[in-house]
Amino acid sequence: MLALLTLWLLSVLIFAGGHLLPGNVGRAMLGPFADPVAVQVLNHQMGTDRPVLVQYAEWISGFVTGDLGMSYAYRSPVAPFLATALVNSAKLAAVAFVLVVPLGIFGGVVAALYRGRATDRILSVVGLSATVVPEFVSGIVLILIFGVWLRWFPISATWKDDAGALSQLYHLILPAIPLVLILFGYIARMARAGMIEALDADYTRTAMLKGLTYPQVIWRHVLRNALLPTISVIASQTVYLIGGLVVIEILFHYQGIGSLIYTAAKKKDFPMLQAGVMSIGALFALTTLLADLLYARLNPRIRFGGRE
Amino acid sequence: MTEVPAPVEAAAPEQTWRDDLRRLFGSASFVVGAVIVLFWVGCAIFGQRLVPYDPFADDLLNSLLPPSSEHWFGTDQLGRDIFSRVIVGARDILTVAPTATLLSTLLGTALGLTMGYFGGLIDEVLSRLVDAVLALPTVIVALLALTALGTSTVTVLVVIAFSFAPIIARTVRSAVLTEVNLDYVAAAELRRESTLYILFVEILPNVLPPILVETTVRLGYAIFTVATLSFIGFGIQPPSPDWGLSISANYGLIAGGFWWTVLFDSGAIASLVIGINLIADGIESTLHD
Repeated sequence: MLALLTLWLLSVLIFAGGHLLPGNVGRAMLGPFADPVAVQVLNHQMGTDRPVLVQYAEWISGFVTGDLGMSYAYRSPVAPFLATALVNSAKLAAVAFVLVVPLGIFGGVVAALYRGRATDRILSVVGLSATVVPEFVSGIVLILIFGVWLRWFPISATWKDDAGALSQLYHLILPAIPLVLILFGYIARMARAGMIEALDADYTRTAMLKGLTYPQVIWRHVLRNALLPTISVIASQTVYLIGGLVVIEILFHYQGIGSLIYTAAKKKDFPMLQAGVMSIGALFALTTLLADLLYARLNPRIRFGGRE
Repeated sequence: MTEVPAPVEAAAPEQTWRDDLRRLFGSASFVVGAVIVLFWVGCAIFGQRLVPYDPFADDLLNSLLPPSSEHWFGTDQLGRDIFSRVIVGARDILTVAPTATLLSTLLGTALGLTMGYFGGLIDEVLSRLVDAVLALPTVIVALLALTALGTSTVTVLVVIAFSFAPIIARTVRSAVLTEVNLDYVAAAELRRESTLYILFVEILPNVLPPILVETTVRLGYAIFTVATLSFIGFGIQPPSPDWGLSISANYGLIAGGFWWTVLFDSGAIASLVIGINLIADGIESTLHD
């Protein structure tokens, strides 16, 4: 319910953003020397000569039913472009997630087990530093080292049309690493905090006192409780991951949602831009919901009825 | 009620303040971070006068020279000295990012104080708005706003201020929530102080530490964001020797092996953001221990 409200507010903000420009859409598309009549006809065809509220109502109802409108730049429906871009970005994000989630959790758990010692400090400072360096900076350095000097990976993420899954994966590893670096610090930090809290908790002491071995305590009692907050962090980071996609997709010439939004912004293609940004908002609401469900599933204190 | 000797009470805050400072300078991350950041601030202020070449001067006969004793970091496509450009390149980002951070802190603090103090409907409505803004990555908000309003430094400032303010507001709000129930607020209310007085004179000084930490962290992200926007062409505009902008202009060349046209700028951005976050880390651990 709250997610829907947030999403609605977001749609208003996005729509307002697209219509802040006082300019004339038909004029912008046809150029300054076009016939005024042609401009008027085009505006009428696209419906951009109607009141803003009517346009909003049409846009949002179209969005809900899957009709995302016509791209100004391509003069064809937005939806197919958006679908392809989302699939491509999902592949890249999946590679990044598969790499970073185990790594981040492992880093955080190790830091917590060696709390206060050199390993902990080093992991914290490295994680912090990796998190704050912009993706395009680490991307450039990775391209230089692994693409140009060592030639281990291709420097462009665009594969041939007939490329198989393995070849696609091979193209996506280098672009995924900057995203991994950004997320590693967050996930490790949360996992560390959760671990430390669980290690200090009374139930951990009880488990130790009743004679369980150290690994048993860590696996069955500490980890399960410790990783709960990490899940919400991973979900909330999806948004930042998408922000990072814009830059990475430009740097590696990859046709995903980030480069779609970027190109739409450059071409002032508002329907495309709005649809792209709105789908990110929807994605955010969805991941938040999924995280809540997963959280409830894993939390021993929350049960959806029935016996476990 | 026992009388507390006044001088002791007056001396106490100063003592802890001095203690905090001493511990801050004992923190390795703070000192390292401060040295890095001060270096770049020095470059931003005095760089133009110290560099060996004019960072804007073309010299087409000497374009794309590799690093040498003459040009320490080599030259770019137009034959401009990259060392001079990297040094002077600190200036624009260190003007835009701190200004944006300051704006967002002012806005976020006012917002957070309001939300935390009044609670109820005002808090609810503002919280929803904050959530809506936070649902989008800053870069995307920036793309949307810069497309609608046109690319300019002012737009970049406004976008960063508005997208960071909610985050600061959230921090301030939760800090204020623990303060509003304390006696000193009730006392001020009984004295019939004005709401503005209670918010800014009574509560604000007590929530300054979390604001300070959050602001430092935000400054790091402001630099991150400005550099990223410049890289994609929506931030600082040519002919500035800005780092993100230079990387954007030159990264097409790296497949040809002209690594020096991007590597030093990348190092500059990385060191600056890491430096600022080390400072934030130092402040945070000083305040929490």
